[in-house]
Amino acid sequence: MAHNSEHNEPRSPPIASPAAVTMTPAEPLPLQVTTLVKRFAQVTAVDGISLSLHRGECLGLLGPNGAGKSTLIRSIVGRVIPDSGQVAVFGSPAASPAARAALGWVPQELAIYPRLTARENLHAFGSYYGLSGKSLDEAIAWCLNWAALDDRATELTRNLSGGMKRRLNMAAGLIHQPRLVLMDEPTVGVDPQSRNRIFEMIEALREKGATIIYTTHYMEEAERLCDRIAIVDHGRIIALGTHQALVQDAFASSSQVLARFDGPPDTLAAWVASQSGRLVDATAEFTIEHPTQIAALLESASAAGLQLVDVSLRRPNLESVFLKLTGRELRD
Amino acid sequence: MTFLPIARTSLMGLRRDRASLALSFILPIAFFSIFAVIFGSRHDTVARISVILVDQDQSTASRQLVAALDREGSLRVETKPEAKKNAPAPADYTAVTAEAAVKAGDVSVALIIPHGWGANPISFRPDQANAGPTLELLNDASDTIAPQMVSGLLQKAAMTAMPVTMAEQGMKYTGQYIGGLTPDQQKHMEANLALLRQLQARQAADAANPATEPGAGGSGFGGLIAVKERSVVGENKNNPMISFYAAAIGVMFLLFTASGSAGALLDEAESGTLDRVLSSRISITGLLAGKLLFNTVLAFTQLVVMFLWAWAVFKLDFFSHIPGFIVMGLCSAVAVASFGLLLASLCHTRAQLGAVSTIVILTMSSIGGSMFPRYLMPPNIQKAGLFTINAWAIDGFTKVFWRDQPISALWPQVSVLLGVAVVLFLIARRIARRWEYA
Repeated sequence: MAHNSEHNEPRSPPIASPAAVTMTPAEPLPLQVTTLVKRFAQVTAVDGISLSLHRGECLGLLGPNGAGKSTLIRSIVGRVIPDSGQVAVFGSPAASPAARAALGWVPQELAIYPRLTARENLHAFGSYYGLSGKSLDEAIAWCLNWAALDDRATELTRNLSGGMKRRLNMAAGLIHQPRLVLMDEPTVGVDPQSRNRIFEMIEALREKGATIIYTTHYMEEAERLCDRIAIVDHGRIIALGTHQALVQDAFASSSQVLARFDGPPDTLAAWVASQSGRLVDATAEFTIEHPTQIAALLESASAAGLQLVDVSLRRPNLESVFLKLTGRELRD
Repeated sequence: MTFLPIARTSLMGLRRDRASLALSFILPIAFFSIFAVIFGSRHDTVARISVILVDQDQSTASRQLVAALDREGSLRVETKPEAKKNAPAPADYTAVTAEAAVKAGDVSVALIIPHGWGANPISFRPDQANAGPTLELLNDASDTIAPQMVSGLLQKAAMTAMPVTMAEQGMKYTGQYIGGLTPDQQKHMEANLALLRQLQARQAADAANPATEPGAGGSGFGGLIAVKERSVVGENKNNPMISFYAAAIGVMFLLFTASGSAGALLDEAESGTLDRVLSSRISITGLLAGKLLFNTVLAFTQLVVMFLWAWAVFKLDFFSHIPGFIVMGLCSAVAVASFGLLLASLCHTRAQLGAVSTIVILTMSSIGGSMFPRYLMPPNIQKAGLFTINAWAIDGFTKVFWRDQPISALWPQVSVLLGVAVVLFLIARRIARRWEYA
């Protein structure tokens, strides 16, 4: 389905325009989370997280499933009561009427009514936020346009494609024109084409100066969409910064060598360990400070009786950062 | 043998689906037990028929009759209303208050023993002008069993409890009909026998013609004691049981509908929609109140359709009872809507809700009178029925459609149903805290 760029032109922008992004000194931050802790029985889902978000910023929460991202989001929304710590949304406590009005939440689940049409869904959620009359009609029109669902507005939601349902799920979170948008893995379960459409929707929002928190376990999404990225693992933020800063902090000027060899598996494993590398899916990975180190590495492999199949050099990415920080794959 | 894996997979699925397991095994046992208790033959569970006795005569014969009826195990004889706590003892029933009690549905039958009945209690000739005052049996036409039972026991009591009276009356009739066997007496007896034969023939003709006035003769000719039956409730109704079943079946299905539609809450909780709604301006109380309103309107609409169908097809006199119907309909609807919310908040899955609601609703319906009238049940079960929405709703609709009682007479049913609605809603709200926050 081709995307019409006109869909990104809102009739009634729900998000503050870029001109209004400049923050006055007295205005509180869109989000301030202070040493938040939430336990479920024996499991500490959020373990002392603190973070703040600036107006117009898109912060990515990157981490594997079960890292505590959704619990953090639900604490901000007010659906989870933390054991300790505070959440302030534009200075108001989580779950307060002011915080509820300011927040737009796009949950991971398809939290829409399957037996209602797309328009009826938006009408329902708009009315839950107190919208009515012309302002509700305008908000519905904007959301349908933003989600490129104008021509499917009267279709029953259960009959929409998976990607369309995802987009409607997002639109329902923005119907009341929130000042802070929380998106919890909005691309879960969608095909690449639909994912691209969703990226375009989010980029359109960003162009309008939206303040967004975006959780994902796909590093490509975080790299593409977010100004800053918080890497979350076991309920903690283990690194926070821009993409470049995170890589720089973890690897400085290092690069990664990826090489595949023919040879006995035991021999390969022993040699990789001796060179302080690691094996991932039969590919040997090494971190080197300078590209000239590659030659010495390959000579050593040859001396160990391993035959090189192919080799490549790459700059470390967020996946590498996560691996270095936690010793685990991002998608474990 | 390719079918065996299918059977094995189904069995494994059933083992893991506790709701289906419960429905498969517990439900039949539960209902067997309920029906066994209600209709079982244990001596102490047999329903006794309440009958009001008004002895205006106060003669030896009338007292003997009252005492004999009082001894009958299958009757519960009442001569005065039940005393209330901290209130003076009530006065004995009179003919007027007894009739009012039948009309109000307190009992199905009242027996009036008129002044002067004891002077001539036995009657071979109930049509005779000088036969004396006749017993009067007031009944509620919706209960076809109780008047016949009381009539039969009356004759039994007369035969067994009044031997002296029977002997005296026998001698009197012997002297009257065959004394001395003079030609005149012979002629007199033959005349009477001829008349008896005529009456017998007329009764046979009446039995063959169902259009005969139902309350005119009753069992009067069939026994030694002449009884005049009179329906004081429902004599002008087309079909006594239509309003009962419209209410009884209607309320039962209202309960199913309410639990089903309240189950949408569980779907919304499972899909995450409930979470999203509760993150907006809607509170859990507001959400439940909205569901309650919807379920109430749905249930009331269901009742309207049910009663309109009864009017159109079964000639229920619907349009003369609109105000009472609205009052009872709304009270019943809000009570069942609250009940549905409570079930939904108690259960964690749709399957649980299905199993629990089926068991609870069918139990309530069976002891609450939705499947058969409560007056046929043993007293203990009748009392247990008062813990069901069905019983109060059916009683209220019966007051409106059967007894033609004014709206003011509905206050017990209205109070109970609204009270139930409030209490169940509050409990549901309390349990729904699990949806409020994590």
